[in-house]
Amino acid sequence: MGMSCALIIAQDPGNYTQDIQGLGWSIDMVFVEGGSFNMGAAKNDTSRDENEKPMHEVSVDDFWMAEYEVTWEQYDSFVYGRFGTEQFKSESKLADLGIDAVTGATAPYVDMSFGMGKGSFPATNMTQYAAIMYCKWITAKTGVFYRLPTEAEWEYVCKKGGTDKKTSLKEVAWFGENSNGKYNKTGTKKPNSLGIYDMLGNVSEWVLDQYSSDFYTKSPKENPWNIPSELYPRVVRGGSWKDTSGKLCCTSRQKSKSNWKMQDPQIPKSNWWYTDAPFIGFRIVRPKTQPSKTQIEKYWLEAIVDYGMN
Amino acid sequence: MDKKTENLSRRKFVKNSSIVSGGLFLAPSILSATPLYKKEKMLKLAVIGCGGRGTGAASQALKADENVKLVAMADAFQDRLDDSFNNLSKMFDDKRIDVKPSNKFVGFGSYKKAIDEADVIILATPPGFRPQHFEYAIEQGKHVFMEKPVATDVPGIKKVLATARKADEKNLNVVVGLQRHYQLNYQETFKRIQEGEIGKILSGQVYWDGAGVWVRPRQENWTEMEYQMRNWYYFNWLCGDHILEQHIHNIDVANWFIGEYPISAQGMGGREVRKGIDHGNIFDRHFVEFVYPGGAIISSQCRHQPGCMSRVSESFQGATGNSYTDAGNKAILTSYSNGQLFNHNGEDDKNPYQVEHNKLFASIRSGGHINDAENGAKSTMTAILGRMATYTGKVVTWEEAMNSKQVLVPVEDGLTWDSVAPVLPDADGKYVIPVPGVTTLI
Repeated sequence: MGMSCALIIAQDPGNYTQDIQGLGWSIDMVFVEGGSFNMGAAKNDTSRDENEKPMHEVSVDDFWMAEYEVTWEQYDSFVYGRFGTEQFKSESKLADLGIDAVTGATAPYVDMSFGMGKGSFPATNMTQYAAIMYCKWITAKTGVFYRLPTEAEWEYVCKKGGTDKKTSLKEVAWFGENSNGKYNKTGTKKPNSLGIYDMLGNVSEWVLDQYSSDFYTKSPKENPWNIPSELYPRVVRGGSWKDTSGKLCCTSRQKSKSNWKMQDPQIPKSNWWYTDAPFIGFRIVRPKTQPSKTQIEKYWLEAIVDYGMN
Repeated sequence: MDKKTENLSRRKFVKNSSIVSGGLFLAPSILSATPLYKKEKMLKLAVIGCGGRGTGAASQALKADENVKLVAMADAFQDRLDDSFNNLSKMFDDKRIDVKPSNKFVGFGSYKKAIDEADVIILATPPGFRPQHFEYAIEQGKHVFMEKPVATDVPGIKKVLATARKADEKNLNVVVGLQRHYQLNYQETFKRIQEGEIGKILSGQVYWDGAGVWVRPRQENWTEMEYQMRNWYYFNWLCGDHILEQHIHNIDVANWFIGEYPISAQGMGGREVRKGIDHGNIFDRHFVEFVYPGGAIISSQCRHQPGCMSRVSESFQGATGNSYTDAGNKAILTSYSNGQLFNHNGEDDKNPYQVEHNKLFASIRSGGHINDAENGAKSTMTAILGRMATYTGKVVTWEEAMNSKQVLVPVEDGLTWDSVAPVLPDADGKYVIPVPGVTTLI
């Protein structure tokens, strides 16, 4: 299975569907040919924030990106899933993927969909750590390395797909002007030209990076990734059902906030859930070339205890 | 910043202030000796019950007022107390977390020693013990923040009601952690309902439907008493069942908005999904109809079953319109004839868990008097009434329920880990579960 899969990829790195045994759903992945691009907003673009500047050239390697945002059906399989060893690939296979254990999220005490719908609606309110653990779980179940996109990969797909160049934003995105105050089922607007849905709007999407307003002044050129060392703020992209059009832009950078856990009355606060972020979700990517075990281990970020002091 | 720079910048600040204020009448020597503000009393805080919630409440108290320091802690378990102390020590410096080793009190009865040390007391143990803790704190003349629910049995409710009156007599402040009362979208909705925007409330539906909470499985070295205390959520005497422990929030909103407490209840419940060996003796669902003196009928549902509809909110139908509220700062009022009346924008609303402490400490400082205890007791009683209805399958009136002599919780002083627990498992490790139509104890 692994062999034939690798062979197909070598011949034609096209789109594919990742089946996940025993769960009754699969993940559609779209191939994205890497390359160089100008990240950020132009100096003279006064409509854009300073944190989107300077525009700078970076490159990203080939990868696949999920066609859709992760849905509640998919995310709940993780939250309420079983975590016995029989659920995953062999121990030696997992070791190659830098995985020594897979931990499940705690079940939430309240309704994390805020009554906006479950099933094929996008999952929300998960922390970046939880989103990364979901990737680890999918990796452990499939034996294929999945992770969150880097901020650069996310913007590359958004720009390459001309997502914010459509004649009408309302054709491609659910946002403040057309969402009626809630998220919608994934894939119900037009995709971008790469065939990827909801890059802008519906739910803002986690990427792997620490947010720093001046990262673009010192970003490496190849596969940039601002590796997080602090819990807050981290980057989310794309804007959501509640945002104004200004945030629905390929260059717009948003950051996580500790008050997204406002209603969590405990100390320490949950590693897994926000209580006030029903506009945050994510999608997954898969690098075309699977990184080394050492490199993969860097992507499995550790949880940082949240004392609610930020 | 090291000490030297700190002093320097402080002097600089004082100097600059004197220039701004004219600098005419205070010689520098007087300035350095006399504070410019009236020095507030340092209030000493004790936390009883050092779980995640007690730790959270302690941090909110410390953030509410900068002249508060934590001086004493009490918990049944050393490990819980140590975790809490370590977490708080990472958040605040040692001027704020000033708990000497001799002021860390562990085990049954330790609450008294911690309460003795402080001015303001946080009560955040499992609710079964709350009445005893509250009674002692008020007897000793302390201000109190106590978590909901405030009891698990009727004798406990009566103790809290009697103690609430004593708190009034002594002018002590008591805030109960029914934090929706301190949340703007709820306050706005209450005000608008009072003003008649949707007419008299005729009916409503209140929900806490979710997947459930943590389980702490039995360990071999634990006595039965330690097991029940560790895995307290699943034992009625400690927790009151989830209709009290969580759903009280939504039932309390019904009482608040209607302005009454129910006269009777009937309902159904049981356990179907969550019935494993570590799930004690509580139900996984309750559905109750509460009847109010003015005629309103409220449907109350709470469920702990994964994979089912999740919902935590309150809806009411008035004579001329309806309301929707939830803890996510939402509030929508609609007129049947004129459409939407109000849609609260809660984007920048303050954290109600913080606001309740801000109000408590502001009231203590100003010599004010807040006392949430009576409503806390009556809303807890409403949930107990609902539980009695689902456990028995009968119509239960408020009056009958208030006459219940059933004591679920033993006196804490004198308990040990070897004490006989209030409920005991059978040979298979299972506990007696209430059976509607059969169970008569209420």
